Amino acid sequence: MIEEQSIIKVGMADLNIGSQDSLIRTTGLGSCVGLTLFDPGKRLAGMAHVMLPSSDIAREGQMNIAKFADTAVPELLSRLLALGAVRSRIVAKMAGGSQMFAFAGGSDTMRIGPRNVESCKLALDALNIPLIAEDTGGNYGRTIEIACNTGVLFIRSVQKGPKEI
Amino acid sequence: MDVLKEVGNIGAGNAATALSQLLNKPIDMAVPKVQLLSFEEITDKVGGAEELVYAVFLRVEGEAPGNLFFILSPEAATNLLSRIAGIEISGGEELSEMELSALSEIGNILAGSYLSSLADFTSLSMYPTVPALAMDMAGAILGYGLLQFGQMGDDALLIDTTFLEGQNEIEGQFFLIPDPESFPKIFKALGVPFDND
Repeated sequence: MIEEQSIIKVGMADLNIGSQDSLIRTTGLGSCVGLTLFDPGKRLAGMAHVMLPSSDIAREGQMNIAKFADTAVPELLSRLLALGAVRSRIVAKMAGGSQMFAFAGGSDTMRIGPRNVESCKLALDALNIPLIAEDTGGNYGRTIEIACNTGVLFIRSVQKGPKEI
Repeated sequence: MDVLKEVGNIGAGNAATALSQLLNKPIDMAVPKVQLLSFEEITDKVGGAEELVYAVFLRVEGEAPGNLFFILSPEAATNLLSRIAGIEISGGEELSEMELSALSEIGNILAGSYLSSLADFTSLSMYPTVPALAMDMAGAILGYGLLQFGQMGDDALLIDTTFLEGQNEIEGQFFLIPDPESFPKIFKALGVPFDND
């Protein structure tokens, strides 16, 4: 097995796309959501490390669109389409959105993980992209990796071990 | 940055004193590093986003709200516990309930003492909420503390501290991540001009 086949890293509040034999990876997702789009025909995939549900709170002029669910999903889609992906074939998978710390009577910030998940779903719905698999929630961190040729999403966590969706 | 360093020194000095009292033995503290770092650099500091860490998290409330983390590697956590009278490490992969609870309390004392010296120094009221403890990937834990930064800068204040007990080094890191609106308040309180960009 070739371990180090080109791995494309996606940092926090970052997004990227890959094709063929490459893997796209993002590490240490907590309340953030790792959202992936995949075109099985073209073997093209994209991943966004979404940090917050909505860009409404962003300050004018210096917005990082990869940071917010409502802006990252359309951006990821248009990047895939620009590379020749066929819109009707694109499917989504996502992981993350956990609640790392539990507090009694927690504020809205404390619920950010579940809200990120909801917001990603709304963004996908708005674009008519089917969500075919997810591994979200809980109270633990995840590292995820999508294989651009198969669309399989590998998920690793300290507490739950490895998983594929 | 010198002022920030001074704040870090005073805070960590008080935390070392608190730890000395807790352990009833002298604890020294290596001069800490104080830096403003990007999110990626912060997780790199603890060995990368995937690195397994213990973290005590406290939400800071008051005039300059923010998030405070005390981060320890699993080895450092075990070292810290084994030096506390009455706590024999059971061994094995994971810490017991009792050990976790002790760790949380130590983190709480250290963080509280760090925070109160920062509050004294800046004359801003800052008080900690109940601590939470987690053991997980550093990126997942720290990401949580960076959420408030969604709308602005991507930097956080890092205070890197090493505690010394005799020949034994206990390395722990404080991460203070002030909420965006707290940055100018803290800088103003310290008499440093705040650059809004």
